[in-house]
This record gives sequence, C-alpha cells and structure tokens, in this order.
Amino acid sequence: MSPTADGTRFGGGFTDPSRDAARAFRTIMTVLARPGEIGTLDQVHAPAPLSQAQAALILTLCDTNTGVHLAGAADDSAVRDWVRFHTGAPLVAAEDAEFAVGTWDALQPLDRFAIGTSEYPDRSATLFAEVPVLAPEGATLKGPGIRNTARLSLPETGALQDNATLFPLGFDVYFTCGTALAGLPRSTQITAEDAQCT
Amino acid sequence: MSGYNFAYLDEDTKRMIRRAILKALAVPGYQVPFASREMPMPYGWGTGGVQVSAAVLVPEDTMKVIDQGADDTTNAVSIRAFFQKTADVAVTEATGKATLIQTRHRIPEEPLTKDQILVYQVPIPEPLRFLEPRETETRKMHALAEYGLMHVKLYEDIARHGEIATSYAYPVEAAGRYVMDPSPIPKFDNPKLHSAAIQLFGAGREQRIYALPPYTPVVSLDFEDHPFEARKAEGACGLCGAEDSYLDEVILDDRGGRMFVCSDTDYCRTRREAEEAA
Repeated sequence: MSPTADGTRFGGGFTDPSRDAARAFRTIMTVLARPGEIGTLDQVHAPAPLSQAQAALILTLCDTNTGVHLAGAADDSAVRDWVRFHTGAPLVAAEDAEFAVGTWDALQPLDRFAIGTSEYPDRSATLFAEVPVLAPEGATLKGPGIRNTARLSLPETGALQDNATLFPLGFDVYFTCGTALAGLPRSTQITAEDAQCT
Repeated sequence: MSGYNFAYLDEDTKRMIRRAILKALAVPGYQVPFASREMPMPYGWGTGGVQVSAAVLVPEDTMKVIDQGADDTTNAVSIRAFFQKTADVAVTEATGKATLIQTRHRIPEEPLTKDQILVYQVPIPEPLRFLEPRETETRKMHALAEYGLMHVKLYEDIARHGEIATSYAYPVEAAGRYVMDPSPIPKFDNPKLHSAAIQLFGAGREQRIYALPPYTPVVSLDFEDHPFEARKAEGACGLCGAEDSYLDEVILDDRGGRMFVCSDTDYCRTRREAEEAA
C-alpha cells in the first residue's frame, strides 16, 4: 500500500497519527540511544526519492518550528509539497537547518551544518542520510549507549570521526536505507574497519 | 479515554519534547531546555517526568510508577491513574514486567534490562544551582567544564564532617564531560546509574530534560583519599530480611519504637512471597 504511488502529494501519512508517531519515535529514540542497533520504520510513504524511514523521521520530528533542508535530489517539487503539507516545516538552507534530508553524498559538505555552541550544544543539526547499505558490520563504535563495542556500516569514517572530536558539539546522524534506520550521535567514537588490525 | 489525545499532550508538544529527548541522549548529562507545559498537577508532583513519559509512551507499554520506591503512595497512584486514563496503557507494580518506569527519588533494586526505560522526576536539574544561583553563570561553567566549585563543596563536607556528607542528589560526571544531578536519589543508588536501560530525566518547573543512554560511564565525584561510598542504613529489612536493599525508617509508636523496611515495595513483596512459597 503506497498512497503516494498514485501521484498524490498529500497521501502516505500516519494512519493513526498519535499512536503511530509514538511507535515511530520509540524506534527513533532507541536507535539513537543504542548506536549500532538497526530499527525499522515502515508506516509511512513519501514521494521518491525519500525512503520510508526518512519519511517517518520527518513526520515524527519536524513541524512548523523546525527548519528542514532538502539536499540534492530530495529537493524536488513533490517532496517539497509533501513536507509542507504534512508538517508545515519551513524549507531552509543547510546552514539554518535543524533537520537535513538527502542521500549521504547529497548532504556533503558537512561543515555547512550547525554544530551548536558551547553554551547550547543542542542548537545543532540532525541529518537524515540515506545510504545504499545499512548493516551491523564495518566500523567499530564505542561510547554512550554501547556496552563494549558495536559495529555499523558507515558511508565514510573520516568526517564522522572529526564530528565526534567536537563533542559535546557536533551534528547527529540517522542513517536510513529503505525502511531500516540507525542512529549515530556525536558522542560515538568511531574506528575505521581497516584500522582495527593493530 | 475519548476527549483526550493519546497520552494527554497534543502532538506539537510531544514532538517538541521528543526532539529535546533526542538531543539529551546525544549529549549525555547536558540539560536540554524545553517548553514545559502546564500539567493537571502541581509543580513538584512530577510534571517533568509526566511530560517525558507522555512523549515516550506507546500503546503497548506496561507502566510502573514509584515514589521513593513505593508503588502505593499518593504521587505514584495518581500518575499511574493519569496514564491509565489518558493513554489506556497496562500498568504493573512488578519491576520486571514494566517497560516504562517513572520514578521519584529511587532506582528499583532489581537490575533494569535493555528493554526498559526509566523516567526520573527532577526538582532542581542544575547540580551547581545551590553553589551559583545565576543561570547565566552555571551555563558558562558547564560550557567550560569548570566544576572546581563542586569539588570545593565536597571538600568542605570533608573538612566539616570528616567525610562527604552529601547523601542524596550526589553529583556525577556523565560520559566524562557534564556534571549532572541524578535527581534526589540516595547515593546508595548511584552505582545503578550505570544501567542497561535508557534513563531520561524531566524537570517540569525548571524546563529541562537530560538523559543517560545505556551503559553511559557515570562517575560519582570523589577524591582519591575519600572515595565515593554507596551507603544505606545498617541492618536488614524488618519485613523481608533483605540486607542489600535501601531501607526506610518507620516510626511505630511514640515510645521510640521503630523498624527499618525496604523502600522498594515491589522488591520487598517479591522476597516475602518467595519465602512464603518455599
């Protein structure tokens, strides 16, 4: 069932907004609290090229108070209409965004995004980055939310390691792949896969 | 119940609180400001915890509410009834059966699991507030990680009392960065802050939310020659005989009669039922 597949830009939202959003948020919160864990968000649909997980992140977290940046192919008229209709969120430039949506490549360069200030580290951006694969393998993660270590396929490690060095400043990332979702807060320490055999 | 949105709060408010919770989890121990709403209960009765619980609850949850460890006190009973009425969630008094536990001033004795969420009611979220009343200053102190004043306070405890006399709301350092108030839990509970569960802290009047993701390193502040010591009243529970649980003193009469009992009522009852069954 894909209400947006018929060409309407207004379908695809939560069936039972209050309870569905609560369930989606629980998944969103859990994967951010436990980096490396992969959750599923399959309740909603947005026009292509947004994935179902990105659509659920937008409907659960964005509203008239949050500037949303659509990057690359996501900055499409159907997507713009869908985001505006469902959330009322102002569409803004990367520098002003509280949330940024796109493929990992389209979201580059990352230094455009807000990292907060030392007095208000919460005034930072969160990225909803679509990646081709999302699996519990690859780079090694350590930090809050992780008992010993966890592993997560990251599209690159350098920029994310740099982001982690800014802690408590920095942006947070949700990696999405279709209906799959993983969270990477700024607090996570990352070791690249090929750097492990030391 | 019809007439209320699920879990009482409107969707805009829940989204705002949810965004604050995510920021709090990303920066453990940092107090995220949020636009706290007026709730149908007075400040001091857990308005912060209630708002956090409302934003996190799902219809499938089983909720437990405790006040100082007890399920049957006024505050716990009314908050439990509030969510039964507005969110139609299942409730329990059994720690192990709960998926979401809202607490005032205790951490349950039974270790929490990865599938549980613990929501704390927080009166004063700022650990430095009684040392420095100005918010502009404490904010700067957190920004600079300038926590010398807190160590001076603990040192003065030692100078005056021979030991660190702070017995509740004992300050901790979260994830090696922010000094955090664990809410007025007894320092006996501080070691349990290192937990498999997600821990969320809500301060309604002070409009702050902070959090500890699972297994976040939490260090109770101390000195090499005066190490932190979790402490409770000497002796065993007068009802179940537990020697490892935090004890409340209960006055029995006006001739000095008293007994010590488990503060965690579920822990105490479970032990007594197991003993009777044996």
